[in-house]
Formats: sequence, C-alpha cells, structure tokens
Amino acid sequence: MQSLKQQWFGNVRGDILSGIVVALALIPEAIAFSIIAGIDPMVGLYASFSIAVIIAFVGGRPGMISAATGAMALVIVDLVADHGLQYLLATTILTGIIQVLFGVSGIAKLMRFIPNSVMIGFVNALAILIFMAQVPHFLGEGYVTYIFIAVTLCIVYILPRFIKAVPAPLIAIIILTAITFIFNVDLKTIGDLGTITQSLPNFFIPDVPFNFNTLAIILPYSIALALVGLMESLMTAQIVDDMTDTKSNKNTEARGQGIANIVNGFFGGMAGCAMIGQSMINVKSGGRGRLSTLVAGMFLMFLILVLGNVVVDIPMPVLVGIMIMVSIGTFDWGSFKYLVKAPKSDAFVMLATVAVVVYTDNLAIGVVLGVILSSLFFVASISKVRIHQDNGTFIVEGPLFFASTQNFVQTLEEAKADFVTIDLSSSHLWDESAVGAVVKVVTKLEEQGKTVKVIGMNPASEKLYNQLLNVSVSH
Amino acid sequence: MYNHILLAVDGSENSVRAAKEAVKIASETSLVEMVYVADFEKAKTEVLHATSSESLLLERKRKVAPVEEILRDAGKNFKLTILHGTPGPEIVKYVNEKRVDIVVIGSRGLNTLQEMVLGSVSHKVMKRVQCPALIVK
Repeated sequence: MQSLKQQWFGNVRGDILSGIVVALALIPEAIAFSIIAGIDPMVGLYASFSIAVIIAFVGGRPGMISAATGAMALVIVDLVADHGLQYLLATTILTGIIQVLFGVSGIAKLMRFIPNSVMIGFVNALAILIFMAQVPHFLGEGYVTYIFIAVTLCIVYILPRFIKAVPAPLIAIIILTAITFIFNVDLKTIGDLGTITQSLPNFFIPDVPFNFNTLAIILPYSIALALVGLMESLMTAQIVDDMTDTKSNKNTEARGQGIANIVNGFFGGMAGCAMIGQSMINVKSGGRGRLSTLVAGMFLMFLILVLGNVVVDIPMPVLVGIMIMVSIGTFDWGSFKYLVKAPKSDAFVMLATVAVVVYTDNLAIGVVLGVILSSLFFVASISKVRIHQDNGTFIVEGPLFFASTQNFVQTLEEAKADFVTIDLSSSHLWDESAVGAVVKVVTKLEEQGKTVKVIGMNPASEKLYNQLLNVSVSH
Repeated sequence: MYNHILLAVDGSENSVRAAKEAVKIASETSLVEMVYVADFEKAKTEVLHATSSESLLLERKRKVAPVEEILRDAGKNFKLTILHGTPGPEIVKYVNEKRVDIVVIGSRGLNTLQEMVLGSVSHKVMKRVQCPALIVK
C-alpha cells in the first residue's frame, strides 16, 4: 500500500480537477436522494460535504467518494416519515458507532462472504427501488412533466459525448431551471416539497429522549444502515481497487465510514456511504488520492453556499430524469446473461434477493436472506459425496464433513464384499463427523467379519484423524 | 528490426489475427508485449460478476490465452501487461512512454456500436502513437 504522503499528494493536479468534477456531479444526486428520503435537500448536501471531508482523512480507500446515497436514503424513508429528522440524526450516529465496531473487530473482512449473486441482486434491487421512488413524481403530472423528463434524459445521455468536463446532470439542471424561468413554465419544484433552510452546518446533539424507547426505534434502522452502507462501500472499494490496480484496507474503510457517519450525524446530516457511480467518475477524471475526496467535499460546500438559493427552484421532473439515469446506471445489465449462464442456485439467489428487497422495501433484509440462502445452497452443493464402487473398492469423491457423512455411511454400510477398501484420495476429512463416520463404518464392517482397509488419506486428513482418535482414546 | 513489439489484445478474433502478423515481424530476440486494457466502463460489471479479484485476473488472462498460444507456438519472447483505463488512450500513453518500436493492433474490436459513434480504437491509436503502427484486418 502507498505511503500516507503518496495517498495525499501523489497526484495533486489530477486530484484537484477530479474533485471539482465530482462535487458538480454530487449536487443533483445529493438533492434527489434527500427527496427520496423525504428530508430537506440541505440535509443530504451537508451530509455529502461532511462525509466526503471526513472520509478523506479516515477512509481506507484513497480516491473513493462517499456521500449521501440512494441505498441509505431508501432505508430511512419510513423512519423519517414516522419519527422525523431528529431521530434520523440519532440513527446516523448509532449507525456510525456500529460501523466503527465492525471495522475495529475485523468483521468487515467477512463481507468477502457475500457472494456475487447477492451483490448483483443488491444493485438490481437498488436500481428498481430508486426508479419506483420516482414514479409518484411523474405519474399523472401532465405532459409538460413528461417532456421535461425526456429532455433531461436526452441531455444526460447525449451531452457527455461532446462536453466531458462538466457533469451532464448539472448542465441539465441549469438549462432546464433557466427555461422554466424564461418561459414561465409551471412545474412542481423542490421548494414545493417543503421548506429549505440554508445555513452552515453546526454541531448539535439530536433532540431525542435518551431512553430505551428511542433505542428500540433507531437500532433496527441503524443495523440496516450499517450493513447496507458497508456493503456498498466495500463493493465500491473493490471496483476502485480494480480500476486503479492498487489495494485498500477494508477494515480501515469500515471504521472510516463509521467515524464519518458519527460526525455527520452530529452536524445534521443523513447517513451515507461510498458511491459506485461517483467514485468511477472520480477515477475516470484522474482522481487517485485522498486529496480528490477532500476537494470534492470542500468544493461542494462552496457550491452549496453559492447555489443554495437556487435549489428550491429546480423543477422536480429534471431530478426525476436524473434519478432515472442513476437507476439505469445502477442496474447490472449483465444480469440477464448471468441468469442464463450462472448455476441455477446462484441465479435463484440473485432473483430472491431482488424479490425480497422489492417486497419488503428493505435492502438489508434482502442481503441477509440472500446470504443465508446462498450459504445453504453452498453447503448443499459441497455436501454431495459421490462414491464409486469397483470390486470391493469404494472410491469416495468429495469432502467429508458434518453435512456430507450420511450418504457415505449409508453406502458403505451396505458393502457386500468380504474385503473392503475405502479409497479417500479424492476426499478430505474436515471435522469430527468425518472421522467419526470413517471409524463407524470400519467398526460396523469389521463386526460383520469383513476385512477393511482405508487408503489414500491426505496428510491433513490423516493428521486430524490421528489427533481426534488419540483424544478419544485418552478420555 | 523491431526489438519491442506491442500487441494490443482484447480477447476478440481480431487480436488473434493481429498476433499472427506480430509473429511474422518478430525476430528471435524481439519481445512481443501483449497489452490488455481492462476498460473502466466495464469495471463495475466485471467486479460484480467476479467472485474475487483473483478470479477476475484469471478471467482476463483467459481472454488473452488464444493469443498467448500463438506466440508460444511460434517460439517468440512474450509477456503480458494488463493496463486499466479507456483502451485507446491507455495504449497510446503506454506506447509513447515505453518507446515501443511498433504497435500491432487488430481493427474492429468488440464494440461495433461504439465504433459507429466514436470511431475505432485502432484508428485512434494509429493517429496518436509516435511509432509505426500495423493495423491488421
């Protein structure tokens, strides 16, 4: 891994330029995600500022961009609707604490256990939920709304071919907001959704009662946020690792995400995590180091102060268009090929993850169920032991462990030959059950007056076998 | 004589044809460097669909395998370099940095649609490298 100095100042020019591009690209998304969550866009913008700035110092993956995200916004919708902003801030702080614990205890490493079927299901479900969150904003809103959405989509998809320096979504916002003013188009704006406050973020302790009741409300959301945030962050870290051909520390990143959320909660921001799209924009624009993330955060604050008054005038259809783009970009379009090519069980896990998330509206539940489902499939597939019989020689193929010994014992017990050879050279004894099964079969066959020989045990299996037998002898 | 031949490889039929031409111009002592660019645009999909970074590396090496076989069968010196970025510009940057003697690249890579809109990667590479380029049809 690079030295700290390298991480900060190894790429100054590229980092400053890319940081500015990312800040410009962050604005539309931070506003739109706030609206998904049902909060003042300033809460999302402040969160994006503070998370980006803090993660620049404490994150584990230089060059990765973290801010207010769609995944986190979707988790907190009900919390905000039922209990309001103060509870959201308390939840954000608790989320951070849980993530720090995950990072410090090394649990973040376990994220490697999340199979790609669940990851693909996660991004697809996320894309679907982001899209579904837009539907109420355009359905039955009249043809002008549809035209604005269509024009926004044209701008965000076609303009990048010609203008690469400034992110297209921001250009769409500026042009279309200007058009509504010039031609006096009557459209729903962000300001119509609620009051918007514009002031610098300041430190305060969330105004919630400190009792068990509060904890019971915020804990489930915090756990869900911690999981979803770490999952998306570590997935993004892997992508940035690959794009930059460098390594990153996943536990440091988990801890950093936690610290960022704790501080962010005290300064009135919503919980956030790493963003795949923005991080890719950063790397593509030449960002590699911590400086890029810091510049993104600082420049975002500058833009908030300059543009804060204009935010209320942004027409909703433009944001809806941008979110449709985000949704299309989030969806994994390789999934259709995956459904055909991947093993049936993996395809099923992917679809199940999507279905559960869309049904429960909760990304965390989908991920947890997906992981459980895929581990069950894994155990089921690995516990298949094939036994070939050839003239009294039984060739065992596949690992022997608690879930796979049953078939082994059944087949061997029915051996008819007088001289039985058990060939374990294509197998491996993993645990006590495996050793027990071998001993059981041998004893049973010998009781029937047969001669039994066990051959081909690999060194590790033999070691376990001797070890466990010696222990049982000394009892 | 070309000492350092850079062979752009993208896993398509075209890079196999390019490899056959590279073999013809490579002498006993020349080094044929296969360069595969892991495209930024595909990074998300590739990482998502790979079970680990190791399996992703294997997947990329597998794409290069047919080309590698041609070079090995012909008894040439070769090595593989995997770059990360946007294929065209990344190859150009690398070629100019390393002062490669000649670039061999297949025309018509994998993205027909992109080619129609943006022009072909091989054409861009040919225009911008500071060394001879052999475009193989």
